[in-house]
Amino acid sequence: MTAELLSQSLRLALPEVILAVGALALLMIGVFSGEKSAPLVTGLAIALLAVVGAMLVFMTGDGQAFGGAFVSDTFARFMKILALIGSITAMVMSMGQAKALELDKFEFPVLLVLATLGMMVLISANDLIAFYLGLELMSLALYVVAAFSRDNLRSTEAGLKYFVLGALSSGMMLYGMSLVYGFTGNTGFDEIATVLSSEERGLGLIFGMVFILAGACFKISAVPFHMWTPDVYEGAPTPVTAFFASAPKVAAMAILVRVVSEAFLPILSDWRQIIVFVAIASMLLGSFAAIGQKNIKRLMAYSSIGHMGYALVGLSAGTETGVSGVVLYMTIYMVMTLGTFACIMAMRREDGTYVETVEDLAGLSSTKPFMALVLTALMFSMAGIPPLAGFFAKYFVFVAAIEAKLYALAIIGVLSSVVGAYYYLRIVKLMWFDEPKGQFARVSGELRLIFGLSGLFVVAYVLIGGPIGSAASAAAKSFF
Amino acid sequence: MTDWPILSTVTFLPLVGVLLLLLTNGEGANGRRNVLNIALLTTVVTFIVSLFIWIGFDNSNPGFQMVEKHEWLSTGISYHLGVDGISMLFVILTTFLMPFCVLASWEAIEKRIKEYMIAFLLLQVAMTGVFVGLDIVLFYIFFEATLIPMFIIIGVWGGKDRVYASYKLFLYTLLGSVLMMLAVMAMYWQAGTTDMTELLKFGFPAGVQTWLWLACFAAFAVKMPMWPVHTWLPDAHVQAPTAGSVILAGVMLKLGGYGMIRILLQMFPLASEYFAPMVFALSVIAIIYTSLVAMMQDDIKKLIAYSSVAHMGYVTMGIFAANQQGVQGAIFQMLSHGIVSGALFLCVGVVYDRLHTREISAYGGLVNNMPKYAVAFMILTMANVGLPGTSGFVGEFLTIMGVFRVNTWVALFAATGVILSASYALWLYRRVIFGALEKEKLKALLDLSTREKFLLYPLVALTIFYGFYPMPVLNATAASVDLVVNNYSAALAAAKNLALNVH
Repeated sequence: MTAELLSQSLRLALPEVILAVGALALLMIGVFSGEKSAPLVTGLAIALLAVVGAMLVFMTGDGQAFGGAFVSDTFARFMKILALIGSITAMVMSMGQAKALELDKFEFPVLLVLATLGMMVLISANDLIAFYLGLELMSLALYVVAAFSRDNLRSTEAGLKYFVLGALSSGMMLYGMSLVYGFTGNTGFDEIATVLSSEERGLGLIFGMVFILAGACFKISAVPFHMWTPDVYEGAPTPVTAFFASAPKVAAMAILVRVVSEAFLPILSDWRQIIVFVAIASMLLGSFAAIGQKNIKRLMAYSSIGHMGYALVGLSAGTETGVSGVVLYMTIYMVMTLGTFACIMAMRREDGTYVETVEDLAGLSSTKPFMALVLTALMFSMAGIPPLAGFFAKYFVFVAAIEAKLYALAIIGVLSSVVGAYYYLRIVKLMWFDEPKGQFARVSGELRLIFGLSGLFVVAYVLIGGPIGSAASAAAKSFF
Repeated sequence: MTDWPILSTVTFLPLVGVLLLLLTNGEGANGRRNVLNIALLTTVVTFIVSLFIWIGFDNSNPGFQMVEKHEWLSTGISYHLGVDGISMLFVILTTFLMPFCVLASWEAIEKRIKEYMIAFLLLQVAMTGVFVGLDIVLFYIFFEATLIPMFIIIGVWGGKDRVYASYKLFLYTLLGSVLMMLAVMAMYWQAGTTDMTELLKFGFPAGVQTWLWLACFAAFAVKMPMWPVHTWLPDAHVQAPTAGSVILAGVMLKLGGYGMIRILLQMFPLASEYFAPMVFALSVIAIIYTSLVAMMQDDIKKLIAYSSVAHMGYVTMGIFAANQQGVQGAIFQMLSHGIVSGALFLCVGVVYDRLHTREISAYGGLVNNMPKYAVAFMILTMANVGLPGTSGFVGEFLTIMGVFRVNTWVALFAATGVILSASYALWLYRRVIFGALEKEKLKALLDLSTREKFLLYPLVALTIFYGFYPMPVLNATAASVDLVVNNYSAALAAAKNLALNVH
């Protein structure tokens, strides 16, 4: 690699480079200033992520770097910004109550920054090796974060469970990658696509692709690779759960989109069956299994499984409209999820204990009217009721499915959204129709800000949706 | 006048009220009065502004008027508003009924009056939006958005079984509408646009029409509601607060009927013709069966709810007769039912506020101490029966005449429904109003207060006015209905020619 090529590559990957150097610097600051440095490191980490995010907003250069292993395009930038927003929000959420949740160690922000770096590499990966590197960097940091409150039984259980299942899925994925490499002779996505379009696909290659898709589905917690989700969501500290539900899902969905619509686009009919099946299974399980949940974090886990199913409906179309639908879906999903988790964080009794059952929300509309209003908007939005943002998310993925003539998928999808509406309504019902059972403590300012912004977003989407929609379709143009 | 976006103004004016309410403190007696005044003022002003739509409306123009069109969300969906003879009067009906809803809740709603009024104003925005929206996605958004405030209204301020009723309303209607959402997408994919004015001209292929028709019909039939998917309505009516029932019967049911004319009849004429016998059968069953069911009710509100289902049977029948009398009669019947059933629910509210029961057996002999109430209730009961001289007669007569030209048997059965409706309505009236005033509790009841007179008298006067002189309504709708009916028969004739040429 010549110096000129190297400098060009580094220029394209500059945000990642800054983030990597910054993470190491933060680690040094933490190590040398001791136990008390957690707030400082958290603040610096947020600033670092914000700077990188700003760079991505103003960066325009498209192109491939490091011999095609890394790609920077509109899609990657859009998804990276989403992932950064997710990370920043989760970190802000953790700040106020770090002590109570045992998150007041400087390793926590550093691990989140490293996980975010992994996501950014993952989103930009254009090669199976880079894909795996990004995925593992993200996952290893996440395993630790899940078990972060180490004296808490549920948190350690969550971390262990996540690690064992995650390692299994990484192994399967690596096996799939080796099969794909073996049958095509290449690891670059573009080269794989060229090989696949010029010759007959072999059965071994399909096996390889299935394993890779299974690994990606594990990370987005789509059925049948969802088993870890409810336990991890429930066990991990709430800001960590909020993080899990937002940024890593965006990154994993981004690589799933990239791998199927770049490397495997020539064999669309093969992967479409898989995605359609996974989408249907996720939507149905997400709707039906959530009905019986009592813990709100578990409920959100099933809700997120369902949402991934809806996002995959867009992907299964395999068209530009479909991908733009997925991008929009992930954007709206992430905002709704972060807002909801900020509300869950605010479920704290006067004596400082956190409560997590759905029943604890009873009568919220008379004790905390603003929070109840926001949570109501978020729940109706998640159920996909217009004119809230969640409706538009569903609308655009289903439009893509209808265009691709996937009628059965679309019909099952909308019907399961009716079932899903039932449990979202239950939360609304508890907040509005029932009598309050107890007071929550005063909600801290940063949580108020997060759920306030999120509520504003879902309500005002009808006014501000235009630019977001255009950005999503511009992102989708990167592939087609 | 032409540049002023009057439809947007009328649709979104209630949001100003919402904003003011959010800034008001609703606590205490003063706060309560402020909330009520703001809500009343907003709805009255909106009604007055909406009258300019009628004044500026050109009766001879069958197309869409006062059109506003802007790009929206930069994805092909447009913000496109407009009214024609079919939708214009529904807008007026909505804005007209809202002040009555506010007045009806003046004393009846004791808790959380601020949230209550906000929910009602949001509901008004959504309902008006359905009638003026000319983009099918916009139409769908408003159509669905009505569910959120209605769910809250029934669930928070409803009766004993309010949770069950609100869930049933929400999930039932949602199930119907999501199928329509798929149809909307399929229409977009077929025609490449979501603009209704384009879709009306598009002419979908016959095979596709069948499926699209069924999907949209599911949504409208539930909303209407038609037999056998009507069961959410009695529950919702019984549990809803008085104003909720008024708006449910007065306007929300009309969303279904409006959708049937606008989308089923105008966009899918071939499928409408194909399915007309099925709709006739369902309508006749609705008219006769629900009338019989109404007779056996011992809850006043439930009885009126079932009678609403029966009256909507005339509407569906008239729409799918697809001739001038049928469609005009259906529109007239919907408007008249909006006023009459709204007023009947207000009547129930009047006695419910005094006695807090809706059991028919708890009443009797009210004519002795509530003569003014008895008169108002009687005129409305007669209008519900369809007595000549009341607005109820005009609608029923026109729809039956329209359907008589298509299918005499259907007309015959529908006409028997009129007799049945007389029997349940008069029997209700006798049990509540006549007889001896024996029950101790009833003896202390006072006649209508000034507020209640303001509530009932205008509606009673309108019922009689339109019974004698329906021309303002019929003139406004004539041109547009003409166009609908002509396009419908032209589409059928074209399809027939095509079939002949092929053979």
